[in-house]
Amino acid sequence: MKDKHQETFKEEAYELLAELEDSLLAMEQTPEDQELMSRVFRALHTIKGSGAMFGFEEIAAFTHEVETVFDLVRNGQIEITKDLVDLSLAARDEIKTLLDGSKPGNAARRQEIIAAIRELMPVIQEDGEEHQPGPPASPEEEALPAQGPSLTYWIHFRPLAEIFLTGTNPLTLFKELRELGECNVFANTEAISSLAQINPEHCYTAWDIFLTTSMGVDAIKDVFIFVADDSELTIEVIDDGLGSEEDTGYKKLGEILVERGELDAKALAKVLNRRRLIGEDLIKAKLVSGDQTQSALVEQRHVREVKKKRQEAQAAGSIRVPSAKLDKLVDLVGELVTVQARLSQTADGLQDPQLLSIAEEVEQLTGDLRDNVLNIRMLPIGTIFSKFQRLVRDLSAELGREIDLIMSGVETELDKTVLDRLNDPLVHLIRNSIDHGIELPDSRLQAGKPRRGRLSLTASHSGAQVVIQVEDDGIGLDKEAIRAKAMELGWLGVDTEIPEKELFAFIMAPGFSTAREITSVSGRGVGMDVVKKAIEALRGSIEISSRRGEGTTIIIKLPLTLAIIEGLLVTIERDYFVLPLAMVTECVELTREDIEKAHGHNIANVRGEIVPYVPLRERFKINGASPAIEQIVITEIDSNRVGFIVDHVIGEQQTVIKSLGRIYQTVEGISGATILGDGTVALILDVPQLMQRETLESRAAHLD
Amino acid sequence: MGKVIMTVDDSASVRQMVNFTLQQAGYEVMTAADGQDALAKLKGAAIHMVITDLNMPKLDGIDLIRQLRANPRYKFIPIIMLTTESQVEKKQEGKAAGATGWIVKPFKPEQLIAVVKKVLG
Repeated sequence: MKDKHQETFKEEAYELLAELEDSLLAMEQTPEDQELMSRVFRALHTIKGSGAMFGFEEIAAFTHEVETVFDLVRNGQIEITKDLVDLSLAARDEIKTLLDGSKPGNAARRQEIIAAIRELMPVIQEDGEEHQPGPPASPEEEALPAQGPSLTYWIHFRPLAEIFLTGTNPLTLFKELRELGECNVFANTEAISSLAQINPEHCYTAWDIFLTTSMGVDAIKDVFIFVADDSELTIEVIDDGLGSEEDTGYKKLGEILVERGELDAKALAKVLNRRRLIGEDLIKAKLVSGDQTQSALVEQRHVREVKKKRQEAQAAGSIRVPSAKLDKLVDLVGELVTVQARLSQTADGLQDPQLLSIAEEVEQLTGDLRDNVLNIRMLPIGTIFSKFQRLVRDLSAELGREIDLIMSGVETELDKTVLDRLNDPLVHLIRNSIDHGIELPDSRLQAGKPRRGRLSLTASHSGAQVVIQVEDDGIGLDKEAIRAKAMELGWLGVDTEIPEKELFAFIMAPGFSTAREITSVSGRGVGMDVVKKAIEALRGSIEISSRRGEGTTIIIKLPLTLAIIEGLLVTIERDYFVLPLAMVTECVELTREDIEKAHGHNIANVRGEIVPYVPLRERFKINGASPAIEQIVITEIDSNRVGFIVDHVIGEQQTVIKSLGRIYQTVEGISGATILGDGTVALILDVPQLMQRETLESRAAHLD
Repeated sequence: MGKVIMTVDDSASVRQMVNFTLQQAGYEVMTAADGQDALAKLKGAAIHMVITDLNMPKLDGIDLIRQLRANPRYKFIPIIMLTTESQVEKKQEGKAAGATGWIVKPFKPEQLIAVVKKVLG
């Protein structure tokens, strides 16, 4: 996309340069024309500002010099002379040369112009150096915030009464703070007067916020960056997170108030002598206000909780259990879920109120038990990420690369089984990035990139899925080479245009990569089919995006757990099937009439959108006539929509996945099975595989 | 429904980049080339936020902010201004006119989205 923006910028800059030339020439005639002046200034300003945005740093830096002079002209500090106009025109020509990019700009000439321009400036401007456009902050500098020790802060925030008039909603600030860590907010409402006296457009509330975070005080200040100037804002550390283990308590209420300067220590001692609930006494004695006490109490509670959590973490520690025991436990829970479903069904049938209530309770308990057991098996992805540090270090040394590995989201949790089976594909992807993606330091410098390459591993939660990204800033994929190869293999028609995403997907198809090893036309692809297969075996998906010369990103989406899924139960004739609910977007009816309208194509019109479908009855060769009204279950993967025709949709179903026996494991379109409440077996559809076959076949049909 | 953001900038490339970035993030975008254009296109339409350049022909960013704030419809919506590093005073002036915050040019798409999320909540 950057290219597109760069093109637009160039067009725009040429126009601005033309305008600049006209204005400068006209200005020589009428130097006092203010409108001309602002046009010149604006043209320069836009070239500088936008230039820096779209990667024309040289232009931006150079234009900045010229702009500085005109800023002074505009303020009447320098006069417009023929010299100045001459210089500006020369500068304009240099900017144009830089923009053309046809011949390398003449750096010496630009230096000359800058020097001459500076001579025109009044001497005091020498210290204007600090106004240098400053090279745009490189990404490294703003790298991930350092994870420091976990500290507890007291943030006192009293915004300007007029804060709403600058479009600020204080609540969004608190939302941001909550993202930093454990946060308690106390609203100080004392300043709110009676309704008659309130100006509804003013803010009367002040807040005390107690935040425990490891992100450091700068992260907190960043939250308040737009409002800090006109608000009362204090940030203080109230707990350093070290406290000894015995130290369960926290400061007494009176101490907190004294520390905050809201209460005099002597007055406190006096009240304390009477020994009752101190808060009430202090309020009664009018030493502090109700809100002040409440706020202090919130602080007390917050810190106590944080301490308690810390201690629990230390004390409870962990028990090492062989993972086989856990697997067994998960199996048992699976069995239990199945039996529970049967119990619920039986209870429904008998309509005995006593039995029904027991069944309901069992259902709830089973649900809790299932969630807890599955949770035990969750491990942070950091456990495998950390192994990659060494891999990257060794590999880059071996291959002469210089690479920074950046990891984020290491705390993201995944089922242990998934995690174990994720290691190899990730190693493969990292190897690919280093071997074929990131260039040698010298070629990187030649391409205008920083010497050190960047490889980042990111994990994050997205609904019931975990998204893992492997991203490099290397050479990127060669689209044309892939297209050529795909055509050679006959997978793609000569003039067929397909989306980039699908084109890149070819490198993960078996038979594509091996051929490429010999020809070695472009970036990567060795064994990508193996990676894809491994990810799909985990019921995940993989996607590639890449830009030639800029880098490649591989996005892997995985389910949180393998053992139990939410499924949609459907029937065809007397057979039951389950589709993973996460992939299902909607169900619509398909009538005979609809089928006739499509003239023999397996295409349905869903609210004006064409959706291809797979008649499962035919695919699975199930005998019998389909009902007059069938159901299309529409699924979506990677924004591809495909429908599946079934007889009836029964509903959502907790599905305990059982793997198929060895004989059936190669059956296409089925990924597993499950046992229903009444003991019937339902097959779980392998939606991605069915979908892929559908698209391949339809493409093949187009090719014919 | 996505929230609607109006972006005002006399530079077509910046407009395009902001527009593209916001749309990618699921926002609806209206664009205008200067303050006057913005007011003409808004005509009281419901929007959730404005991102405006400061230095523009016809009606500049500061005046645009003032005029928007004078309209009850836009009195409390977040308005973010795009400034360059040399415009420290402008930042102050913008805040006084009622701007919510600022983004310093050049900026990256992620920074833009971070600020939009920050003020829109």
